[in-house]
Amino acid sequence: MPEITGFSFPNDIHVWWSLMIVMYPYITGFVAGAFIVTSLYHLFGRKEFKPIARLAMATSFAFLLVAALPLQLHLGHPERGPMVMVTPHFTSAMAGFGILYSGYLVVLLLEVWFVWRSEIIARARRSRGFMRGLYKALALWTYDTSPEALEIDHKAITLLAGIGLPMACMLHGYVGFIFGAIKANPWWSTPLMPVIFLMSAAVSGIALLIVLFQAVSKLNRRQADQACVSALARWLWFFLIITITLELLEIVVMAYERSEPWIIISELITTRLQFSYVTMQMIVGGLIPLILLGVVVLMNRYLHPRVRNALSTSAAVLCLFQVFSMRWNIVIGGQLLSKSLRGLRSPYEPEVFGREGIIAAIALFLAPFVILFVFDRLLGTQPAEEEPAGHGDEPGSRAPAGTSTVTL
Amino acid sequence: MPDTRHRLPVVQPDAEPGTPGRRQFLASAARLSTGALAFFAFERAEAGSNPAPAAKRSSGEYNWDEHRWTYLIDTTKCIGCGSCVRACKAENGVPDGFYRTWVERYVVGTEKSFVDSPEGGLNGFPSVQVDFHASKAFFVPKMCNHCAATPCTQVCPVGASYRTKDGVVLVDGKRCIGCAYCVQACPFGSRFLSPVTHTAEKCTWCYHRITKGLRPACVEVCPTQTRLFGDMKREDDPVRKIIETERVEILQAHLLTEPQCYYLHLDKEVR
Repeated sequence: MPEITGFSFPNDIHVWWSLMIVMYPYITGFVAGAFIVTSLYHLFGRKEFKPIARLAMATSFAFLLVAALPLQLHLGHPERGPMVMVTPHFTSAMAGFGILYSGYLVVLLLEVWFVWRSEIIARARRSRGFMRGLYKALALWTYDTSPEALEIDHKAITLLAGIGLPMACMLHGYVGFIFGAIKANPWWSTPLMPVIFLMSAAVSGIALLIVLFQAVSKLNRRQADQACVSALARWLWFFLIITITLELLEIVVMAYERSEPWIIISELITTRLQFSYVTMQMIVGGLIPLILLGVVVLMNRYLHPRVRNALSTSAAVLCLFQVFSMRWNIVIGGQLLSKSLRGLRSPYEPEVFGREGIIAAIALFLAPFVILFVFDRLLGTQPAEEEPAGHGDEPGSRAPAGTSTVTL
Repeated sequence: MPDTRHRLPVVQPDAEPGTPGRRQFLASAARLSTGALAFFAFERAEAGSNPAPAAKRSSGEYNWDEHRWTYLIDTTKCIGCGSCVRACKAENGVPDGFYRTWVERYVVGTEKSFVDSPEGGLNGFPSVQVDFHASKAFFVPKMCNHCAATPCTQVCPVGASYRTKDGVVLVDGKRCIGCAYCVQACPFGSRFLSPVTHTAEKCTWCYHRITKGLRPACVEVCPTQTRLFGDMKREDDPVRKIIETERVEILQAHLLTEPQCYYLHLDKEVR
């Protein structure tokens, strides 16, 4: 039984939303954040993100595929989970999940298909046997790579990115809304919540891509494109500044107003959440990467690539901790506080095994990387023109120049 | 604070007897008649002697359009015996460590206050020492407020939580997916996820009883008439009369959830 300081309502001593509900916004944050990066290239024409645009889209896709799993694992009746989509009760924000999730999944699937279409066709041409059949199916038996078709692809990608970006933002803003619109809980109830979630999603997405970009470059035994690293560091710095500012504003406003819940919330922050909030979210994951990224951005031209890589990657790893801590502090912190506003329960310790345990959470975090690996093997995540040409078993099987439609 | 644990009341006989002649007549009839008739007569006598309303029991089906239930708690009367908590647990099979109703104890001084609710008041309240000068102390029974504008039904993603036409907030255990969103949304801490059914559970005002003309178990056993149950659609309802004419309060009024559970003589310390 948890220990209670002060007085908690007798039913308020349980942490109903457990580690899985911490993982859920963490994972959807990567979905939204990675999509923001890919959109910077596909939608806003930021050429410096070209080396990472495909990787970012594949990352967003991989994380989206597992995004609903933590919710499913959390439910008291997982077998009834699909009812949220089948019989939604539209006064509930949570009922919007089915629409947002499936809508975004469709848009992202389409965009992935258009972005990788010519790549799929090229791979179909140089494959044999089962793989050839697989690529043919993935290409939907359409092999048109004429300039006109590619132009249509390009337009479709821009259009889908235009639809996908607000949808990705809504999918994650919605998660913040779920918390921000619970008036019963003063630690959650603030209109800033969806915005904070969204900004920190951008932080986590960009930070993950910085780490992934370095890892992929290492695996390919080449140096990460420095213009791209600089740009990622700059955007990460920008979003981190906004995130930290908003997170502090939320607290400062509450303290300055001396609002009713501030007495218990200040105790929550300084006792129960001292490590996860003050140390991890604000100092280790906030202040330190802010300084590191500040160095990368402000002294960019003087930095040796290795220093730039090291600084930005270290900052990115710390940012990943920052965002996880933020999710933890919101989700778990809000439940350590009783709605009596008179009591706090002892810190929550998640179980190791079990449906909502630490091992399940780690598996959930690793699953998208497995998906990403399979995606990379199947379709590749490198920029289009960097694909080695004539790599197929039978060079003769490649279509001659000028041929637009090929029968496979 | 006196130790009330060792003199916990059980279900008390009615404090105010109804018409003696009628009771005697009914009692005689009960002795002479069959078991079914005896049961019926006893219930009539019980209903007649209490200010709580009763839906029609034996004549036809229950019609929820004819009722709008309400609840009134007079905090000056509660003695913290915990009968209500025990009755609720027995009547509804409430799992250990979870509460559909509970009783809070307030020990208040001019500068400090102390609040507790050991096991929800299930076993009464042991005596307590406080390190300040206490100028008043009282008990406050709590439960689901059956709010008219309740956030718990609003946030349910599958509509498993709903409000009936007669004003009771219920959970359909066969639809509930166990997401706990409603538990988070309730400002009063009235809901919990049952470790047995893995669905949200809460006070139902003993809906299975009130639709049969009985009163909620907690009201039935309250020895001091702290807890009263009424029907706002009955013009002669004594509870309705109190709510309409006296100065009643609700919990956390600033959240605008329109609780249908009213309090008399609520203290500023109570949230």
